[in-house]
Amino acid sequence: MNNCLYCTYELESSITWYTILKRESREPQFCEECTSRFEIISGARCKVCSRSLYHLEEQFVIDGLCLDCHRWEQNPEWQNVLSKNLSLYTYNEFLQDLIARFKYRGDYILIEGFKKMLLKVSTELNFDIAVPIPLSSERLFERGFNQSEAGLVSMGLKPVHALSRSHSEKQSKKTRQERIHHEQIFLLVDGMDLKGKSVLIFDDIYTTGSTLRHASRILKEAGAEEVSSITLARG
Amino acid sequence: MEVNYLSLFKRFFSSQDTIFDYSSLNRNPLSSFDFSTNLQQFLSGRALLFEELSEFHEILEEHIVHGYAGWFQGLSVKNGQYICGRCGNCDKHLFTEFPCSRCSHSCVYCRKCIMMGRVSSCSKLFTWTGPTFQFSRQLNPLAWEGTLSEAQNSASQQAVEAVEQNKELLVWAVCGAGKTEILFHAVEKALQNGKRVCLATPRTDVVLELVPRFRTVFPQTEIAALYGGSDERHLAGQLVISTTHQLFRFQEAFDVLIIDEVDAFPYSADYSLQAASQKSRKKISSRIFLTATPSSLLKSQVKRGKLNSVIIPARFHRKPIPVPQLVWSGSWEKSFRKKKIPPKMQHWISFRLQNSIPFLIFFPAIKTMEQALPLFQKLHNDIAAVHAEDPDRKEKVVSLREGKVPGLLTTTILERGVTIPRLEAAVIGAEELIFTESALVQIAGRVGRKADFPTGDVTFFHYGKTESMLSAVRHIKMMNKQAREKGLVDE
Ligand SMILES: [Zn+2]
Ligand SMILES: [Zn+2]
Ligand SMILES: [Zn+2]
Ligand SMILES: [Zn+2]
Repeated sequence: MNNCLYCTYELESSITWYTILKRESREPQFCEECTSRFEIISGARCKVCSRSLYHLEEQFVIDGLCLDCHRWEQNPEWQNVLSKNLSLYTYNEFLQDLIARFKYRGDYILIEGFKKMLLKVSTELNFDIAVPIPLSSERLFERGFNQSEAGLVSMGLKPVHALSRSHSEKQSKKTRQERIHHEQIFLLVDGMDLKGKSVLIFDDIYTTGSTLRHASRILKEAGAEEVSSITLARG
Repeated sequence: MEVNYLSLFKRFFSSQDTIFDYSSLNRNPLSSFDFSTNLQQFLSGRALLFEELSEFHEILEEHIVHGYAGWFQGLSVKNGQYICGRCGNCDKHLFTEFPCSRCSHSCVYCRKCIMMGRVSSCSKLFTWTGPTFQFSRQLNPLAWEGTLSEAQNSASQQAVEAVEQNKELLVWAVCGAGKTEILFHAVEKALQNGKRVCLATPRTDVVLELVPRFRTVFPQTEIAALYGGSDERHLAGQLVISTTHQLFRFQEAFDVLIIDEVDAFPYSADYSLQAASQKSRKKISSRIFLTATPSSLLKSQVKRGKLNSVIIPARFHRKPIPVPQLVWSGSWEKSFRKKKIPPKMQHWISFRLQNSIPFLIFFPAIKTMEQALPLFQKLHNDIAAVHAEDPDRKEKVVSLREGKVPGLLTTTILERGVTIPRLEAAVIGAEELIFTESALVQIAGRVGRKADFPTGDVTFFHYGKTESMLSAVRHIKMMNKQAREKGLVDE
């Protein structure tokens, strides 16, 4: 397939010695035009969540952390729960459309277009196992796949299903405060021992960071040494 | 609620389940069953995914058991090739696999129609198999006081005849002929006979433009507007105005299928439309194609006597169509790179600016257009650029119409549907592939639309003449000649 994964524009065939010698079929990818519409988060980023600090007023940046992360870290209950999140791109309109097609329309293969970037970013993190964010069984049936698992699989990782959902309510119906202080939304799968393990989790978007932190907390309570995360987008 | 929903889902999708083996669709429904008329109206003539039937999940099962609804497999395999049961796609590049949690297998899915929700190996498409919903016969559905021109009238009569006799017809009408009015009597005839009509066009913009016009002239008729993101999908609609894409959700639904602007997407339209229209129309039905620039496929069908056609070579206002000028302007790309507008082009624009003539300048690509925009803004600050994904596209066209901006740079997106008094048009890089004969004819068709200003300049600036440019000029001259011969223009 020599067309852009997203816009189906025909990709220019760059024949190099490498491709001739290896006779490799090309991996699915995005065209130049589409790639140029991804906004890499540039400049200073929050040390924890990858948020760009560039547009933030001074009072919203504390010791290299955005105010949100600073608040999380001030709370002894949440301190150090998530060591680091790396996001590939800003959640702009283009990525919003692309993620919607991937997640809601169900165009699974789009994740393959991010493979190279995900692999590159994952080398900056330290982990022994990869754990997907679980979906409720209703949601999983509706979508037909779990986007978090799809991301990990695209990186060639074997997801360890250490977490399950404790209830199925839609997250977006609640306010941020409710979400943050809500009772646990994830449970540890029986018999999971994560003692001394470094864990990687993946999600499509980092918005408030509360989903990732709730998941991380359970993993840390189960003995994980540290938990870090990768997301496609930083909202 | 949610548990119920999930268990239903599981019963429909688990691979071991055999209760729902009703894949044959021609079962005779049991007469004793008290079926839901809502479901009948909703599902008649459609083929929908389980997810699209959310309001009917609870009652779907009993309708299947009693033979009033049925399903067929979303994907089928023929000669080792996948075929999508919804969109008819059989291009192997547009199928791919994913680990499916519904069927716990690696499931193949169609990417061609993915924006309508995923059709995969384990998907079922549900249809109505009970008695078809009968639309009412409307006595006097048409409330229109206007009159047709001589040329429109003869086309209108043929369209009515096509509806009455379930025939096919190509209406080849030049830009500005007033082709929508040609349909009024044909649609009226269909509604009087209790027929279901679909007017399909490739572009959402056109749907949005046609719907209010038809709602005004057919005030009692239920009209459903269907396009990506429309909220009228639940309406049955005796008259459906839809993007061609949405046609894929229908199955043997329409007695009359009218396809407007058949050629709007020249590369894919023929194949896709063929599939969509075959699927959505009834076996006995009529089909009317409406276009200013028929594809070579349609033209050859006319030539071989396989398709009836009627040509309207003249505009409603009885003046000839402006013939484009071809002007060599050297390497415009090089010129833009040097931050200069080629002199002949600059002269063309300055003249329009001095005389306050609104203009459109068509570019072959967004990138070149955006690079060139600052150069044009040096000539006039308010010149703006539009392209397909520009959220302010409509507002910008309105400002051009109202004289708030002197002119717009645009991609081919504005080649259709824009009618602005006194408008003139130029093409930059007319030799580029994207400017097909039909695109160029459409662009020329933007000029001289209004009876008060029936003329105007159309210039194709180029770096070498192409066959498309020459064909476009020939096409327009031929239409003008025919119009003169038939006495349809006043000069
Ligand atoms: Zn692309
Ligand atoms: Zn942060
Ligand atoms: Zn399809
Ligand atoms: Zn499946």
